[in-house]
Parts: sequence; C-alpha cells; structure tokens
Amino acid sequence: MSPSGAEYIKQVKASVEEVDPSDVKPLLGNGVAIIDVRESDELASGKLPGAKAIPRGFLESRIEATVPDHSQKVVLYCASGARSALAANTLVRDLGYEDVVSMKGGITLWKDRGYDVEVPFQFTPEQRQRYSRHFLLPEVGEEGQKKLLEAKVLLLGAGGLGSPTALYLAAAGVGQLGIVDDDEVDVSNLQRQVIHKTSTVGVAKVDSAEAAINELNPDVKVVKYPVRLDSSNIMEIIEGYDLIVDGVDNFPTRYLLNDATVRLKIPVVSAAILGFEGQLSIFAPYDGPCYRCLFPVPPPAELAPSCGANGVLGVLPGTMGLLQATEVVKLIIGAGTPLIGRLLMYDALDATTTELKVRRDPACPICSREPEDISSEEMGVFPDYEAFCAAAG
Amino acid sequence: MATIRIPPVLRAAVGGEREVTAEGENVGDVLRALTESHPDTSAQIFSSDGELNRYVNVYLNDEDVRVLDGLGTGVGGGDVLVILPAMAGGA
Repeated sequence: MSPSGAEYIKQVKASVEEVDPSDVKPLLGNGVAIIDVRESDELASGKLPGAKAIPRGFLESRIEATVPDHSQKVVLYCASGARSALAANTLVRDLGYEDVVSMKGGITLWKDRGYDVEVPFQFTPEQRQRYSRHFLLPEVGEEGQKKLLEAKVLLLGAGGLGSPTALYLAAAGVGQLGIVDDDEVDVSNLQRQVIHKTSTVGVAKVDSAEAAINELNPDVKVVKYPVRLDSSNIMEIIEGYDLIVDGVDNFPTRYLLNDATVRLKIPVVSAAILGFEGQLSIFAPYDGPCYRCLFPVPPPAELAPSCGANGVLGVLPGTMGLLQATEVVKLIIGAGTPLIGRLLMYDALDATTTELKVRRDPACPICSREPEDISSEEMGVFPDYEAFCAAAG
Repeated sequence: MATIRIPPVLRAAVGGEREVTAEGENVGDVLRALTESHPDTSAQIFSSDGELNRYVNVYLNDEDVRVLDGLGTGVGGGDVLVILPAMAGGA
C-alpha cells in the first residue's frame, strides 16, 4: 500500500541529511549555496541573508543556473522543513548533487532562534506583471530586477545611439536614467532617433526623451542635463552614476569622458557608428583597458569624419544602441561575459561581426596611474585636436 | 596572400573596396604592398619614419600587432589584417 503524504514526508526526512539552524548560521557567506524553496509570495517576511530563492516547483529547471557544480555544498530550507527535505531528496537522488542538507524547522525555527533575516525588495503587483518576463529568467529574477530598479545609468546624448538605449533601459526598469544633451529635436533626426517624435520637433531632446520614457515606464526617474559635457561640469554630472553609456559624436568629449571615468572608476559602455558600420566595447577602469589604451591619440581630421556631417543608415544606431543596452543590463545584473577587453565591429552591409582583443596599455598616460594622481588640468587633453576639426570644416 | 579589411575612412583611397588582398611575409610587407598599389593610403597608415601611425591600430586576425612583433609579425596565406581607426559618430 502506498504511504500517506505525511508518512512519505517522514520517510524522506529520515533519508536526507537534516541540520539545525545553528549549524547553518556559520555557513552564511562562506561559499555555501543557501536555497529558499518557498513560493515567491512567502518571501515578503524575510529570508536567510544571501539565500537564493528557487520555488520548489522550479527546482529541477533552475538549480543548475544557481549551483552549476554538483559537488558544491547546498543548504535548502522552507517554512518548516518539509518541502526542503523533499527538495533535498530530489537534488540528491534525481540530479546527483553530492552534498545537500535540509534545514530543520525551516525559517520559522531560524527566526525563533533570533537569527537575522533579509527582507527582500517589495515589488508592487503592477511591477510583478511588468517585469514578469524578467522574473522567469534565472539570470535576472527578482534579484536582478531589484538591481535594475536601483541602478543609475547616465546616457551621453539622446541621439542615434542614446534613443534606442534609453527606451530599452527604461523598459527594463533601470531606476534612474540621466540624459546629457543640449540639442533640440530636428526633423532630420527622426530617421534614426526613435525616442523623439514628429510632434516633438523643436523641443529640447532631454524633454522629448523624458516624456517618452515617462509614458513607457513610470518606475524610471529621468534626470535631465541640457548642457554640453565639458571639463567644467563633467565630474559633477557623472559622479554617483553606476554606468555611463557613451554615444557622443566627437573625439574631444570621448577623451574627456575617458579620463574622468577612470578617475571615478565608472565603467563606460561605448559605441560609435559611421555609415553602415559600428564599433562597441566596454571600458571598465582598472578591470580592463581604457579608451586611451585602445586609441592613445585621436586621428587627424581627414581620418576623423565625426568632425563633419556624415551619413548613417537609420537602423544602425538602433542595432548598436541595443547592443549597448544589452551590455548595460548584463553589467547591472552581473550575468554573462561583458565586452571588456574586446571590441566588436559590426558591418551591416556584409551582415558580419568581427571581434578584436583590446589590451591594457601598461604605459597608458591615464589608467596606468592611480585615480587620485590624475589631475583636472590633464583630463581630456590631447594635442591640437580642435584645430584639426576646425581645419576639416 | 593576406586579406586586408579596409575601414570606411580609407575606402576612397582603394577605389571603394571593403577588402583587398596583398602579398607579404609579414605585416609590414603586406601593408607596404597595399600602399604601393594604393598610394593614397600611405600617409594615413605610415608615419614619416616608416612606422605605423599611432592612431592606426592594425590587428592580425583578432590580435593587435603591437603586442605581437609589430610590423615584423609573420603573416600566413589565410590571415586577415584589420585596420581599425577610431570612430566617434553617435548622433
């Protein structure tokens, strides 16, 4: 005769290793995977510090994203110790995990002992629906979405690259988007700058972009900087941002930005476009090369078409801007392999991509030194560049 | 015979081609063969002392030739040289 449910749980509990909360406490933060197998609506009252939430119904499908190594020690817990025992049984018997224990008495006993709990970020019902497709991805989940909502990202320019980047980062729920742009929307922008509309021609780009973002996602706070970035304002503007998205259209600002971000150790997700081709890389100060490691000096004017007006395929900044947005999201949630130390070239006409290695330059005039040794006077400095651009007309 | 990818800013100097091929035992030879066939590229690639201009990055396949043996880096038949100029377009 089959056992009753209660008998079955008793049998399973007898066959898995159970540990007391006092044995789990010293394991926190020591490389042991602590997994909360309760349903997501049970987490509001708190979970063990650092625990990852995988509802038992998703255990088999999600455990490997969190614990890829089957020999790693895993502690499972639930409300009272029954579901975690069943989950431990599954991990050991069916999935071959080697060192799995279930915490006796669950979080109820943990709290009774007076141990600390971490109260998870509370999503509103509307946010649960809005970000539901993110919650379904183990790489994002509630933790990643919380990071997105708490992130501050600065966009340099609400133009070709900045438009699609801003829209998708807003949709993804990045909590604060700063936008630096001193321009107004022109009808010639609308072939590619999709955040603006025919109805906002003549409006300041920061205002036009803010309206579009607010309409898309009210979770996003927009901070507007209707100025040109220069050495007098850059440190004040960029300080406090977690990441910067560089889509500026001129070399002087790119060098200035590089030097300031190295000084403040802020990663820059950088893209450039021309005609049918784009370049993309991440410059993460001291983790990888900086812009000056890659391009120590700017090209002369005849090789620097950004000095004047050039054509660009309307969809190209969309492609490159969304690759930037993807790298931004990855950096915020800590998923995947970021494009640090690598440069991606995209050729739209050929439909090909090429990846190049970018090395840190041990003799880099900026990032070979400590941030505090980089003076304000030398930031963004390079020889005669304004003159070159002026010469190019 | 190596393939050289020509960036947009140099295409006018090679008759609009996106890729050209050139003979040479090493990176310097291949690039000099390019500048001999297309003299307008010369001043943009080489400085007056015959070295690579500092604002031009040249990659053998995916590696910067400066971390290999520079212009002396050996080049095989199936290799691709990528000339990478800095670009700043964003608008």
